[in-house]
Amino acid sequence: MSVTITVNGKAMDVEPGLTVEGLLVLLNVKREYTAVAVNREVTPKSSYGTLKLSDGDKVEIVRPMGGG
Amino acid sequence: MYDTNLVLGGKEFTSRLIVGTGKYSTLPIMRDAHEASGAEIVTIAVRRVSLPGTGESILDYIDTKRFTLLPNTAGCYTADEAIRTCYLAREAGLGEMVKLEVIGDQRTLFPDVMGLLEATKTLAREGFTVMPYTNDDPVMAKKLQDAGAACVMPLGAPIGSGLGIRNPYNIKIILETVTVPVIVDAGVGTASDAAIAMELGCDGVLMNTAIAGAQDAVSMARAMKLAVEAGRLAYKSGRIGKKLYATASSPLEGLPDWTS
Repeated sequence: MSVTITVNGKAMDVEPGLTVEGLLVLLNVKREYTAVAVNREVTPKSSYGTLKLSDGDKVEIVRPMGGG
Repeated sequence: MYDTNLVLGGKEFTSRLIVGTGKYSTLPIMRDAHEASGAEIVTIAVRRVSLPGTGESILDYIDTKRFTLLPNTAGCYTADEAIRTCYLAREAGLGEMVKLEVIGDQRTLFPDVMGLLEATKTLAREGFTVMPYTNDDPVMAKKLQDAGAACVMPLGAPIGSGLGIRNPYNIKIILETVTVPVIVDAGVGTASDAAIAMELGCDGVLMNTAIAGAQDAVSMARAMKLAVEAGRLAYKSGRIGKKLYATASSPLEGLPDWTS
């Protein structure tokens, strides 16, 4: 049994109960200057370990890119 | 000549040139251009990481101990999107100084000033140092200042157009209208454009494409550094008035008599 979430626009099947922290580890995301939003709300770093992702959640993981 | 520093959100900057990090042909060239520009603030965009997130980061080429990062909200078309982007940037550890863009039209990238004003109010209340990219409109500049903007950043011409300062008179009126710093953002094509902005009395110039898109980005960065400094110095020095007819530079008295 898995849940389907959307990460940066792509659908992904993950284990139920996966936290934001778990997702970042799974995707091997560098932490420095990275931020996460779940369902349009910014996730504080202090909640990464406790916020569990549910079916249908939309996750955005961002960091700085070149821009003007 | 004595000059004051540029103050934004309580922080002081000696350089009055703010540069971007987009569109460089390579990241080492960007790093060298930043160095040559003498800038202390560099703009960045906030975008989705490519997954898996092991790729090269632009921050491998920016010394964050030396440069203050200025996240932008480029690509945001509503106040809500822009505000959320600023929250993301803050949570990412990029600080509380933001270059606020709320774009109103895809073709011109002109700002949506209604959304801009709304976002400025909210973000200033939330403690951000808001640097709004706006039209060359003195009325809007005053409204942004009243809404809590730390400076106003009128466009010289459309973003990336290289058309220069299209309406120096409006920029001049903005300078007379607001007390916060005025930074020309967008439109600069070459060094003289930056000098003109500074000669008008602007407090700074922000540019990306003019440097990143030049054939030799590093030497153009140096040209822009010199232009901003030259323009500032000329402004502070108090230029002569413009006259229609000549005024001799050499004395009129003491000419030899050549009449026969």
